[in-house]
This record gives sequence, C-alpha cells and structure tokens, in this order.
Amino acid sequence: MTDLDQFRADTRAWLEANCPPEMREPIRSEKDVCWGGRHYDAAANPPQDAWLKAMGERGWTVPDWPKEYGGGGLSPAETKVLREEMRSINARNPLNSFGISMLGPALLKYGSEEQKLEHLPKIARGEIRWCQGYSEPNAGSDLAGLATSAEDAGDHYIVNGQKVWTSYADKADWIFCLVRTDKTTKQGGISFVLFDMETPGVSTKPILLISGYSPFCETFMDNVKVPKKNRIHDENKGWDVAKYLLGHEREMISGMGLGGQGENPLVIGAIATVGLDAQGRLADPLLRAAIAKFEVRTKAFRAQSEKFIDELKAGRAHPAQPSMMKYYGTELNKDRHELIMAAGGSDALEWESERSNTGAAPRAWLRTKANSIEGGTSEIQLNIIAKRILELPS
Amino acid sequence: MPLYLNDEQTMLRDTAKDFVADAAPVSHLRDLRDADDPTGFSRDLWKQFGEMGFTGILIGEDQGGLGLGHVEAGVVLEEIGRNLSPSPFLSTAVAAVEALKGSAQAERWFPGIIAGETVAALAIDERAKHGTGIAMKAERSGNGFKLSGAKRFVGHGHVADLVIVAARTAGSEHDESGITLFAIDKGAAGLSADAERLADSSIAARLTFDGVEVDADAVIGEVDAGADPLNRLLRAGRTGASAELLGVGGGAMDMTVGYLKERKQFGTLIGTFQALQHRAAHLYSEMEVARAAVLKAQQLLDAGDAQADEAVSVAKAMAAMATTLSVNESVQMHGGIGMTDEYDVGFYMKRARVLSELWGDANFHADRLAIAAGY
Repeated sequence: MTDLDQFRADTRAWLEANCPPEMREPIRSEKDVCWGGRHYDAAANPPQDAWLKAMGERGWTVPDWPKEYGGGGLSPAETKVLREEMRSINARNPLNSFGISMLGPALLKYGSEEQKLEHLPKIARGEIRWCQGYSEPNAGSDLAGLATSAEDAGDHYIVNGQKVWTSYADKADWIFCLVRTDKTTKQGGISFVLFDMETPGVSTKPILLISGYSPFCETFMDNVKVPKKNRIHDENKGWDVAKYLLGHEREMISGMGLGGQGENPLVIGAIATVGLDAQGRLADPLLRAAIAKFEVRTKAFRAQSEKFIDELKAGRAHPAQPSMMKYYGTELNKDRHELIMAAGGSDALEWESERSNTGAAPRAWLRTKANSIEGGTSEIQLNIIAKRILELPS
Repeated sequence: MPLYLNDEQTMLRDTAKDFVADAAPVSHLRDLRDADDPTGFSRDLWKQFGEMGFTGILIGEDQGGLGLGHVEAGVVLEEIGRNLSPSPFLSTAVAAVEALKGSAQAERWFPGIIAGETVAALAIDERAKHGTGIAMKAERSGNGFKLSGAKRFVGHGHVADLVIVAARTAGSEHDESGITLFAIDKGAAGLSADAERLADSSIAARLTFDGVEVDADAVIGEVDAGADPLNRLLRAGRTGASAELLGVGGGAMDMTVGYLKERKQFGTLIGTFQALQHRAAHLYSEMEVARAAVLKAQQLLDAGDAQADEAVSVAKAMAAMATTLSVNESVQMHGGIGMTDEYDVGFYMKRARVLSELWGDANFHADRLAIAAGY
C-alpha cells in the first residue's frame, strides 16, 4: 500500500466517523450553508457545528494551507484525495468563506508573518467572517478607477468613501478593502487594507435585488481609522494583491458551473413535471434534448475544473486561466437555471409558498444572473482571455 | 493521476508534432486530392508511422508494441488532426487493435499493423446515421459462417487488408446479444466495395457482402458475444476521433488567431476589434473544455475505470460541438478568403464534419448519456 493509499484509507475512516449524517444531505437553501464568524449561532445547528469544529481542528477547512496558519499541511495529491473522499459521501463543505477562497491566498502570498499568524488561523476555524470592499458606484468593470481615499495620518490612514456590491457586508466581521493612497496615478495609487467592520465610521445598507433577497450591501466609510500595520503589501502596490485575489475569486465563482453533487436536481425536476414515456425517456423531447446537450457541457466542464486545479497545483496553469473558468462556469450556471425554470413550469413560478420552499427555484434563477457580472463581467473575462492568453493586439 | 500530460507523454507529443507536421502537412492532403489519388492516403506514410513506433502504441510489449495507452494514441491523433493528415491510424492502430486485443487473431494481424503494412477498415454502420442497430446477417454455414448484407461509411474499406465487420448471429436488430464480430481478409469472395470520396477528400466505402463465406476462426472473441469487442472498438474509436477533433479544432483556431494578428482593415489589425476578440476568446474556452473532457476519457479508459464509458460519450459530444464551433468561427473570421479553396481553413471545416459524424455525433452521444442517466 502506498502512502497515498494509506492516507485515503485513513481519511475515509475519519470522515465516516466524524461527518454527521445531516452533513451528507444536499444543501437545500442558503440557510444550510455555514459561514462562521462572530454572529454565527453554534447552537442553532449542532451537526453543522460539530462538522465545522471537527474539520477546523484538523485544519481540513483549508487542507493545503501550512499547519502553522491553521491549515492541514496536506500535499496537492492528499488534498485531492480528501476532496474525492468527501465527494464520495456527499459531505458538505464545512465552511463557506471569502477568507478561505479570496483573502487567504492573498495573505499567504503578500502578507507579513505577523499578519498571517493573526488572520489565517481565525479564517481556518471560521471565527472571523470576511467581506470584500472592491467595487464602487463609479468603479465597476473599471475597478482601478476607484476613489475611496486613505489619507496618511502617521501610523494610520483615515479612510473615506463608499463601496458597493459588498457581499454580506452586513453579516461580516472584517473587510479587505481597496483604497486610493495616490490620486496622481490609477493602478499605481491603490493600497490593500484590512479593518474591523465595527470600527467607528463604518456602516452598511443592504441592496434589495430582483430575487427579493439582499446578498449585497452598500458600505460607507466616514473618517474610518485604519492602522497602517493592517496594510497588505507595500503602499500603492495594492493592485497586485487585488488582481491575485481576483484570480482566486474567479476560480471560486467558476465552481458554480459544476452543479451539485449526487442527484441531479435538473433531471429530477424535469421528470417530476413532465414524466417519462413508455421507453423511459423524458416525455417532452425538446426539453430532454436541451437538458442532454447541457449535461454534456456540464460533465465536460467538471473535467476542465479538475484539470485546471491539477495544473494550478503543479504551477502549470496559465495565469489568466481563472478568467476562462469564471466565464465558462458562470454562463453554464445561468443556462442550468434557465433549464430548471423550464423544467419546473408553473411550479417554478411560486414565490412564497411553503411547497416551493419560499420560491427557492425562481429566486436562485434570478440570483444567477449576477454570476456573469460579479467578480468581473463575462465581457471583462473575454477581454482578459483575448489579450493575455491569445495575445491579440490592443 | 493529474489531468495533464506527464513528461513522457509530453516528449511523445513533441516527437509526433514534428514528425506529422514534417511528413504530412496540410499540403500533403491537398496534393493527394489534386492528384485524385484512388487510395485516399499514402502507404509510404503509413510505413513511416510504423518506423516511428506509433502503430504499436496500443499493442502490448510482449506482442512487439509499445504497451502505451489511449492518452498516447490521442497525442498522435491530435497531430494528425492538426495537419489533416490522411492516415489509417485511427481505424487500424486504435479501433481495430482494441477489437483484436486478447483474441486469437491478434497474433496474426498485429505484426503487419506494427510494421505499418496492414490497413484495417471497420464495417459497423448500416444506416446514414450511426446507431445501435446491427441487422446484417451471419448464418452458420459448414465449418463457419456466411455473411450477407451491406455496410457503409467504412473508411479505407476499398483498400483495407483487414475488414472487421459486426454482424448478427442471433436476436434482432437492436439486441446487444447476438452480435458477432468477424475479421475478414481482403479479397474474400462475395465482398465488394464501392469507394466514395467524401466532402473532406477522404475515401469511405459502401461494402456489399453477398454470401461471404468465412471460417469459424474469423470470429473475434465469442459467437453472439461480439458486443464486447465491438464496445471496446467503439470506445477506443470514439475517444480517438475526439482527440483528432481537438487537433482539427485547435489547428483551425490557431490559424485564425494568427490571422487576426496580421490582417489589417480600416488601417488597423482586425485582432484589435473587440467583436472579434470576444468570439476568439469564447472559442478558446470551448476548446479548452473539450480538451479536458477528451483527456479525462483517455485516462479513464487507460485505468479500466467503470466511468470510462460515460466519459467517452462526453468527450465525443463535446469535442464535436467545440470543433464545429471552431471551424465555423474560423471561416467567418477569415472572411472571404476563408471561403476559397486555395486557403486551408476550408479543409478543416470539411474534416470536422466527417469526424463529428463518425461513430455517433453530438446528438447521439447526448442521447446515450441521457438514457444512461435514466431520462
């Protein structure tokens, strides 16, 4: 038995013993997702909390981070085995976190030792929930045009301005934020800072979306005092950190294109509404054809995701490849929800009823429309692919 | 196993890339077409494939081959696709070899295949659209069988030394059991071939079996259990065709991206236009996803994984869809010159159409996946 086989056997046994049965059920709604943080209610869902604690203690919420920062210290091959074993029992992700998917990788690359030791273990254990202060009312696709200012005040900055589309700002504990420290240049005048959302002068206001939910906020900074030791990387070098982090954000968003694990809700939904004919085929042949072609793309994209992650871990991925992943994954996810709506018919239109789980299908469908906007629009991703991968002229 | 080529596979790719581009570039296809060559490929080139060792990639070392797998065969096929090289490699060194592997006929046919002398043809399809039906009859006769019926879309069927044919020894057209696979020698009495040149200048035959008598030892595997070697043949063939499609789609895309960087209109390079940049970037994305699907299928086939069958259909459907997009976008972005016979991009479009159709198009494989998934 190789070391990796042994690791697989041990991991399987440990997961079997430690992943509660409730955490192997499909995620039905946002309420089933664990985000951790100061406002997290551990008592509200004991199996969820047990799963988070068990995985957090092993560092397996971030299996490939170094142990000294709260990670699992696993090799790429071991990390892959862990993910495969989790998938095989349909284990839920124990912790959803922008700290894990976005800030963590940037801190690992650009943070000082002190910053890493302070923030990474709390991310790994789900103690602090982070949000991202990037977009502004006048800086969306043209992100580097941001105006939120950070005035030098000795050992700290005074931050003034407004962010928008800050995901879950009203539920987050800390923010990683892009601020302008030099008004004379564009990309070269941006710095990357961290601050507590409870700092005086910070306020948030949820934005009601077409889904009827408010996953995004406006975030206002009014003379917010941010210690300079909370700046990541050099002053005016924040754009490097921002771009690096965006790559990771795009990878995360691209995961939406994968669909869920286990049973396929699109197919199950279609069978429930239109039924099967005598040959066992979906009774609506055109809907069946559309789903079948879509499933080809989904399965192929799963292979692409696996390939991308393998290449990334081996340092073989093109640095702009996350843009391709983000583009493809989000467009695929929008297609999926169009098909789920078509398959559901009028059942999928109910907005408030209990049987519709308060309109889970139509609200999720509407939510996906932001996928190809947030984290850089599809058009921005295509620009990046064209210029950086295909090297087309400007 | 990581989902990218390992060092040995990368070396093989580099070797294949140089060799195929040098020995059989697109101009080779054009020359054969212009000469109205009746064979449809060059037997000398096939010998060279043998000298390079490519012909034995899927044959075990104990039988004189290289003992490699579908990833390696795919590496060669991608270069064949990229150069549109007319070659019996896919039918012979991939599909036929997989059908014969482990059977009594392997010893007889493998040396000629390894040497680049034997050419195999696969007589499977009976209708214009590939399907699961095998109706052609093989009746017991004396010590062997008598085959009667017709097959079509048989690449190299008019010149092949070996014809592998699927016929029915029991049951009805769509039954899985009752199929028997036969290995038939060139020139068998009662076997006639009508050679048809296809849109891509390749030649496929319509074969007529008029009471063709064969010995019992022509049977590959077991009588009535031909579905087993037939499925091996189809899995290998479909995966190989997918790899060749990647080469065709990738080759067309590279030509097109190159063209965008040199063609000027309105006083500037057309590659600066966002309308064209976005089309090219979208195409790149589709080709990348297809590439991953094909590699996944190859790796699962090599590992003997139970998921391989599904992955093969995903690969064939996705490679066909992405490559169809690629050749269409390529002609469109070339503009008028893309419509001329003089320019190579049209050859890519034609080859993509033939490969997309071979052993089931994207609709066939999407349908197959849906049935397997229970809808």
